[in-house]
Amino acid sequence: MAPETKTDSQLFQQYKYNLKREKRIIITWQLALLIAFVGLWEIASRLYWIDPLLFSSPSEVTQVLISNMADGSMLKHIQITLFETIAGFIIGTLVGIIFASVLWSSSRFSKIMDPYLVIMNAMPKVALGPILIVALGTGYVSIIAMGALISVIITTLVIYNAFNEVDPNYEKVLRSFGATRWQQFKEAIFPATLPAMISTLKVNVGLSWVGVIVGEFLVAKQGLGYLIIYGFQVFDFSLVLSSLVLIAIFAAIMYKVVEKLEGRLIRSKT
Amino acid sequence: MSFLTIDHVTHHYFLANSYKKALKDISLSIKQGEFVALLGPSGCGKSTLLSIIAGIVKHTSGEVLLENKPIKPTDKTIGYMLQQDYLFPWKTIMENVMIGPKIHKSNDPAILTKAETLLNQVGLTGISEAYPESLSGGMRQRVALVRTLLNNPKILLLDEPFSALDYQTKLKLEDLVSTTLKAFNKTAILVTHDIGEAIAMADRIFVMEANPGMISKVFEVPIELRQEAPFSVRKHPKYQVLFDKVWEELEDKEGKTEE
Ligand SMILES: Nc1ncnc2c1ncn2[C@@H]1O[C@H](COP(=O)(O)OP(=O)(O)O)[C@@H](O)[C@H]1O
Ligand SMILES: [Mg+2]
Repeated sequence: MAPETKTDSQLFQQYKYNLKREKRIIITWQLALLIAFVGLWEIASRLYWIDPLLFSSPSEVTQVLISNMADGSMLKHIQITLFETIAGFIIGTLVGIIFASVLWSSSRFSKIMDPYLVIMNAMPKVALGPILIVALGTGYVSIIAMGALISVIITTLVIYNAFNEVDPNYEKVLRSFGATRWQQFKEAIFPATLPAMISTLKVNVGLSWVGVIVGEFLVAKQGLGYLIIYGFQVFDFSLVLSSLVLIAIFAAIMYKVVEKLEGRLIRSKT
Repeated sequence: MSFLTIDHVTHHYFLANSYKKALKDISLSIKQGEFVALLGPSGCGKSTLLSIIAGIVKHTSGEVLLENKPIKPTDKTIGYMLQQDYLFPWKTIMENVMIGPKIHKSNDPAILTKAETLLNQVGLTGISEAYPESLSGGMRQRVALVRTLLNNPKILLLDEPFSALDYQTKLKLEDLVSTTLKAFNKTAILVTHDIGEAIAMADRIFVMEANPGMISKVFEVPIELRQEAPFSVRKHPKYQVLFDKVWEELEDKEGKTEE
């Protein structure tokens, strides 16, 4: 008996060791790729394989970032873009969920709205940018509206579908207790679709960044999108690439935060 | 005399390009405290009939009366149990059980004690704070039974509540449901396609045929069988006799539809 249990636990140790090893290999490769990319970029730029004026170099980008961070100017741009993106993201998601709930509350209304939703979903939302600016002015309100607009229709459609996919027997049980439609929504439909809502959050993070950056391209005097356009106009491509690097970093952080939130919410609900 | 009366009920399902006559001219009446079974092949309209009684589906014609009054779904006179437990996975067992009082906005403090007592009675102790996923199928169906009984419904509708369980659990649960309902003197309608289950649990058996759904024959379960718990019924000599008669009736009807 004793030797057998020992082998069992040994096998388990072996399994855990292999798991850790696999993880280490993957992280090593990920780092290697990053270093190779940055290194190659630097070398290519120094040896004029690529035009350093156009493609800059990692050392240049780092320098721009450090000097702009030091005088606080970059921080301001980051703050503004982050604020606009988070606001657009939250507004787009919330309004989408509210729209979906309204559609669910009346099947006739949802049928009436169907073709309009299809058109609005197919429409490239950024094309509405100029109209937003005319309507809402050239301030950050337009940019937030852009960040929200780009995700609101797809959120509505995805969540409305999720509402309709909830097993109708949950409603049947509640109706046998005499639940009103609102009670059915509150007790069954809404909580059952929470995971679907959280997965739309992940999609919306990316969409809001697109909306906000395009919005900043069009009107802004501040923000990372503005810096990209400005850098392009004055031919400072180090500035353009620094802004891009910052956008990549913050978008990734936001995505990770939402992912953490997802894990937390789903665990507490089950 | 009659507690529940179903009088010439007909139901059609209308689809875009066709319609289906799910029930044709169903009439039956059930006494207070009686346990009846609806037995028939799948698609003969058993679930439809239960939904009509519950007031969830509106029938095309005919009348359904409980104590001579039409049933409204908001009356909380109906208890419904389905094939699956349909416990809400995001609610604890106690929250699941208390969903009925919550919907009726009842703030009777005694109801919580009653819920605990009922859970104990069906053999579920110390799981109030657990979530449904940690329970076995049989335990979950017992929670669903408590959820239904807590509202003190006048009539229980059981739509194949044991068919998703393994055989042993099913037999045990049949006994539990049968004795609990007898103890509370509840009127109940059990839908099943299992002849043995119908005989073991019911006082009367309505055999149904399909296309359109109609009642083809009614069997009275002998008094000796009715007094026994379902598990012992299956071992009674009269059980096999009735089983064979019901079997024959079902075979007969199946033969007809195949022609
Ligand atoms: N919502 C519905 N729409 C259209 N047809 C339905 C619907 N529900 C059930 N039916 C049809 O009505 C008939 C009876 O169904 P049902 O009452 O579920 O039978 P059972 O419970 O006896 O298996 C079946 O032929 C089924 O296809
Ligand atoms: Mg059925």
